[in-house]
Order: sequence, then structure tokens, then C-alpha cells
Amino acid sequence: MSEQSGEALVAPRLRRGPTTIPRGVMMALAWLALMLAIAALADVIRPYPITAIDLGARLQPPFGFGGSARHLLGTDELGRDVLSRLFVSIRLSLLIAFGATTLGVLLGAFLGLVAAHLRGLAEQAILMLVDAQAALPFIILALSILAFFGNSLPLLTALLGLYGWERHARVARGLALGAGAQGYTVAVRQLGAGPWRLYLLHIVPNIAATLIVSATITFPEIILLESGLSFLGLGVQPPMSSLGNMVGYGRGYLSSAPWIVLAPSLVISLTTLAVSITGDWLRDRLDPTLG
Amino acid sequence: MLGFVLRRLARAALTMLIVVAIAFAVLRLSADPATVILGPDAPPAAIAAFRHAWGLDRPLWMQFGFYIAALLDGDFGRSMINGATVLPLVLNRVPTTLSIMLPALLLAIGIGVPAGMFAALRRNTFADRAVMIAAVAGFTVPSFVLGLVLVLVFAVELGWLPSGGNDHWYSAILPIVTLGTGAGAVLARFTRSAMVEVLGQPYILTASAKGLLWRVVIRRHALPNAAIPLVTMIGFMVGGLLAGAVVTESVFSWPGLGRLMVTSVGSRDLAVVQCILLLVSLMMVASNLTVDLVYGLIDPRLRHGERGRL
Repeated sequence: MSEQSGEALVAPRLRRGPTTIPRGVMMALAWLALMLAIAALADVIRPYPITAIDLGARLQPPFGFGGSARHLLGTDELGRDVLSRLFVSIRLSLLIAFGATTLGVLLGAFLGLVAAHLRGLAEQAILMLVDAQAALPFIILALSILAFFGNSLPLLTALLGLYGWERHARVARGLALGAGAQGYTVAVRQLGAGPWRLYLLHIVPNIAATLIVSATITFPEIILLESGLSFLGLGVQPPMSSLGNMVGYGRGYLSSAPWIVLAPSLVISLTTLAVSITGDWLRDRLDPTLG
Repeated sequence: MLGFVLRRLARAALTMLIVVAIAFAVLRLSADPATVILGPDAPPAAIAAFRHAWGLDRPLWMQFGFYIAALLDGDFGRSMINGATVLPLVLNRVPTTLSIMLPALLLAIGIGVPAGMFAALRRNTFADRAVMIAAVAGFTVPSFVLGLVLVLVFAVELGWLPSGGNDHWYSAILPIVTLGTGAGAVLARFTRSAMVEVLGQPYILTASAKGLLWRVVIRRHALPNAAIPLVTMIGFMVGGLLAGAVVTESVFSWPGLGRLMVTSVGSRDLAVVQCILLLVSLMMVASNLTVDLVYGLIDPRLRHGERGRL
């Protein structure tokens, strides 16, 4: 017991010093930086076009496992270069996840703030929607919508943007209610600021840190969701390539050419892991009260 | 207590109504099933006949009214592909899904709760960090990746277990492990934070200050209080497992609800898709309701409070 209470008395910040970043977090950040660099430069650094077919070099293993240096991560069943496809897939998967997370936070924050501002019936209606969304199996809803609308990229992104909005809305509403009772909002209001000015210039900057942390929780889940849908063949469609659909199309060659599946699998796992580690760390530093 | 139960029931019913409305709106507004199923080149007369046969030529609000009336009657419609009644088709798959879901839930609880407790009691030690990193890894690895790796190791390389299907009892092992791992990892993290929070409470300090053995403090004071949020979490995990079943069943060709969902989406069988969506939502709403009621039983503060912390 003495151990526990002793821990609680010393704030972690005092012990570590504010500028030290734990080694695990450094590694996570380095991995994310690498992924961002690959995404930004995908078209420059990929050795081959992603649809370039080399039928003479089908299902070649990676370099070092019996393959040649011409295809570092080997080739798939059509002789397409796995490394090139991996780079381009990383870009698309990250783009979709960024777009969807941003949409979700904007939508959730907006509805949360509206609920906190209007109170009454509108708030009850929004909370009801939040409850309904939380009770709805998202992937099953997403599957139905994608199947019937067809799979365009903007639709997929918008659909994934609906993921998690209810959590952001809850967070934003709670924070805005808290902020509304604080001195600065009272002061700003008494100086004559309208609601738009009050929310956009004063409340949103004050609650943004927590919303960003809340976004780091949904971001990896959206990557997993997109890769899951694409794996099932219902997300990103060929000729475009995402990490999930590389795994989905490669699984037929699992026993003969496991590298087609393993390379994108590893990237998905490490990326979601890195985002989660970074998110946990941010949450501990910025807002220990969040889930 | 009666008021509490009624309020929760009303909320569950309202949620179901919203779900039904969303399901109806999304599926009916998204595309014209007649052209989707008959193809774009079908003669207009055939399309008109199809639309009339399925009531697609009525106004939407009327279709919605008929739809709810039919649902209350237990009539979920007929498959648009082969005309079979949808409900038995879907219900037949429920036991198959439950046969991997329930063991997966038990596996998740059996691993997640002790691991989380262990980490919380050794907070900020190496063991704590190791368990938590394993937990984060456990739910950041996509289930299809875990499933395929398990297939690669245990079916392709070692040949110990089948890579799919449900021909033997041991065919279920890999799907159960795949489904249970992510849930167990989430539960381990949640257990740890619940336990850490309880250990910081003043009554724990009081209990140990009055000279109780540390393990008595844990067993009598910490565990019962940490169990309250855990019950909620386990209830919510039912939804997560149902969602996870969609991908896991597809990896292992396990003929349950999730696989039926994916194949029906592939063949655009609107009636089946709608039925599964509603059934799964009903299962989730029911389990959330159960959790709410159990929660009210074990934590009297909630019976009278407004919304609680969740």
C-alpha cells in the first residue's frame, strides 16, 4: 500500500522532467514519421508502377528469402512488385483514416457543442442519436451501406467518418458544459460575444487538446475498420490498393506465397500499435481523466 | 426501482425504433433493388412487376409502416435471391455464431481480467508494462491478420488444426482464439484502469490503515468495487464480438451470422442484410439493457441518479 500511495503523491511529470519522451513512444513516433514520409513520397520512391505486371517473375519470394534484389519484398500472383504496392497502399489507407477521423471529430464536436449550447429538446434528441449509434453494430451497418451504394472512395471515407462521432460528441458536450460554467466564458459572454465567437474562438481552443486525444483513440480503430472492410472485398476496390485489400487478395496464396499477406499485415499492425502508444502517452500527459 | 426499469426499457425501445428507421432508410434509399437484382438491361415491364411484387412502388412512409407492422408480426420478409423466408435462414446461423462467440467471451474474461488485475497490483513495474504492451498489441493487430497468422502456423506449417470450416469440434479453436484475443486485450486494459482507480480510493487507505492484510483489502474492498464497471464493459463487449465475428467467420469460412452477412451483401440480398442488421442490433440493445439493469441492482446510486458515468 505504501508503494501505491507513494506513487500517487509524486506527479509523473516531476519525476521524468517535461521534455523526456519514453523510448517506446519515440519508436512509435519514428514509425509514424516513416509511414508519413512513405505516404508523401509514394509515387517517387516506388520502384515500379503498382499495376506493372511481370508474368515471368510471378510469386517471387522477398530478397534474402530466395528472391532477387529487383523485387525487395517479392512479387504477387501477377508478378506485381509487393513493395511498390505496399507504398501506395500505405498512402491510401492513411489518407482514408485521416479524412475519416477528421470528419468524425468535426461532426461529433459540432453536435456535442450544439447539444451543450441549446440544451432542452435538441440536446435530448442528440443524446438519443448518440445512444442509438452506440447500440448499432457499426461494421454491419457499414457493410450494408457500402453494398447498396457501391464503393466509391469518397463514400467509403464519409462512411468511416461516421465511426466514433458519438464518442467525440459525448466528450465535446461534457467539456463544453464544464467550460460554460467557467469564468472566462462568463466574461466573454458579458463582453457581448455571440455564440459563434464564444465557441470558435474561446471554447474550442480550450477543449481541442482533449478532442485530439479522443481522435487518437478512434484513428487506429478506423484503420482497422477500413482494412477489415477492404479485406472482405467491400472497401477499397482494385485497381486502387489499400493495406486491407492487399491482405484480402493475397490470402489465397497464404501457403505458397505468405509474403504477399505478411508485409501489409505487419504494416497495419505496427501502425495501429504506434498510434495507440502515442495516443496513450498524449492522454496521460494532456488529460488523465479521459477513458 | 420500477421507475428505473421502465426508463431503461423505454430507452431501449426508442433505440430499437431509431435502428429500424435507420436500417429502413439506408437500405431503401441507397439504390433501387429492382435494377440491382434484375440488372440494368432488364425490360421495364419486368422491373415494374418486380417493384410491384415487393411493394417498392408505394410511398416510402407507407413501406415503412408496412415494414414495422410486418416486423412486429415476426415477418422479416423473403430472400430476394431464392424466395426463402428470411427469419429461419438467419436464426439457423445464430447457434453457429454463438458457438464461437461464447467461448471467445469466456477466453477474453479468463485472460483479460486476471492480466489486468496483475498489472494494476504491480503498477509501474516492468511486469505491468509488459502486460500492457501485450494488451495494446492484442487489440491493434487486426483480427484477420491474427487469424491468417494462426492459419499459417497451426494449419499450414504444423498441420495440427484445420484452416477453416466447422467439420470437427476442434475446427472452432482457431476462430475462438482469434475472436477472443482482441476482446481479452481490451478487457485487460479496462480491468487495470478500473482496479487502479479503486486502489486510489480513500476506503482502501482506511482498510489498510486499520491493519487489514493487503490481500484481504484486495479481496474484500478492491475487487467488488472494481467489478462494477467490469460488468458494464463485458456487456458492451457482446457488440464488439458480434462485429468481430463478421471478419473472423470470413477468415475461417465459419458458417455463422457474420459470413451470411458478407455473402448476402455480396449478392445484394437486401432482405437478409436487413434482418441480420436488426437481429444483431436487437442482441446489442438487449445486452446493454441487461447490463444497465444488473448495474442498477449492484450499484444503488445509479437507480436514482440521472445517467451515470457512461
